[in-house]
Amino acid sequence: MNNSNGYILRYAAIMVIIAAALLSSAAMLLKPFQERNMAIEKMGGILDAAGIHGVTTDDMIASFNKYVTEEVVINQEGKVVEEYKEGAKENGKAFALGLKEQYYNKSQGKPYELPLYILTKDDETVYIIPMLGTGLWGPIWGNIALKSDLNTVVGVYFDHKGETPGLGAEITTDPFKKQFVGKKIFDDKGNFTSIEVVKGGAQKLPKNMQIHGVDAISGGTITSKGVDAMLKNVLESYLPYFNQIRKNK
Amino acid sequence: MSAETKEREPLFSAKNMKLVTKPLNMDNPITVQVLGICSALAVTAKLKPAIVMSISVMVVLAVSNVVVSLLRNGIPQRIRIIVQLVVIATMVILVDQVLKAFVYDISKQLSVFVGLIITNCILMGRLEAFAMGNKPWPAFLDGIGNALGYGLILVIIAFFRELLGSGTLFDYHVIPQAFYDFGYKNNGLMILPPMALITVGVIIWIQRNRNRDLIEK
Repeated sequence: MNNSNGYILRYAAIMVIIAAALLSSAAMLLKPFQERNMAIEKMGGILDAAGIHGVTTDDMIASFNKYVTEEVVINQEGKVVEEYKEGAKENGKAFALGLKEQYYNKSQGKPYELPLYILTKDDETVYIIPMLGTGLWGPIWGNIALKSDLNTVVGVYFDHKGETPGLGAEITTDPFKKQFVGKKIFDDKGNFTSIEVVKGGAQKLPKNMQIHGVDAISGGTITSKGVDAMLKNVLESYLPYFNQIRKNK
Repeated sequence: MSAETKEREPLFSAKNMKLVTKPLNMDNPITVQVLGICSALAVTAKLKPAIVMSISVMVVLAVSNVVVSLLRNGIPQRIRIIVQLVVIATMVILVDQVLKAFVYDISKQLSVFVGLIITNCILMGRLEAFAMGNKPWPAFLDGIGNALGYGLILVIIAFFRELLGSGTLFDYHVIPQAFYDFGYKNNGLMILPPMALITVGVIIWIQRNRNRDLIEK
């Protein structure tokens, strides 16, 4: 067997070039399929939060365009920057907006823009807010749907990159998500309370606070805390917008 | 022509089939060779990811074994481990990309674990120990056999962990509500990795008890 340095170098170089060519062409060929899957998944999450379940992947784009009547981009002062009311919403700016960048800007005290989806379901307006936060092993994200009073939760949707199966990953399951339905993010006086994810159970909270709390996942404490922080951080960013809507009513 | 076919070993000869069956029990990668323990702990909290993981490992291991076996006479000795790693990594990334493009749901469930196949010692072990010195077809069978042996243990562990830890199998509740009414509780400890390690230990114990040859002197 040839073991000269020249042979080894040539072998390594050719091997790397072949592997790189193979992988990059596979990535390029498969990219449109993957992006479509991701867009469909995002739409599914938005519809799921609003309580529209069981839409198959094939019908997703059509259903999304049917239910979502408006896509809005707001800025840090709650002003509407852009609105999309007609057609082709999956290509709209709100849909393409990268939350990671925007919340990074927020944490740095820079201006930021945030997306918001307005759905019409059974003649009722539902506001959907996309969320992004951190869990134990990586990012967690989701959507929260609010009634037109901008206070009562219609439903939530959570997803994650790599939380522990059976523990933190349980945030994506129905028993956890169902707890949020009917909870309120403002107290009677109109102060923002967010929704607290309570270790040991929401019944530990004082009576008047229980409407603002849900049970954390046992064994998934850090993920639960991440959900709690995500809700606070995200909902807080939309408060100026909520105030403007309330004023205009 | 006829003389030539006589000399050629049949595809499914007893010797070749042994490559598939031996890793299932006597030469199991997890319980006997004690390889691939990390992923056996990580993906066995539920049955479904355990099975998809086993299938992914099978694809990667079988194809990498064949590729390395085809290249075995050209691979320079001094960088053979690097070559093996490049083959495995390329395969794993391809599998991951294909899963993401065509079976997105499953790829999501496996999340990081597909990427972790690269670090699975069974793959490096089989490439180094078998594919480097054998022809492509036996190498292919060896890959399938070892992946089956790996998958078998994964499924056994996942079965007990999901049943005792979550009271479900394939996410369907199998433990009747009446049990819970009598005070039965899911054992949360089963979901955590330490119990997977203990389950592996119990399997090894049972296997060696039935098969005294495996006990080290």
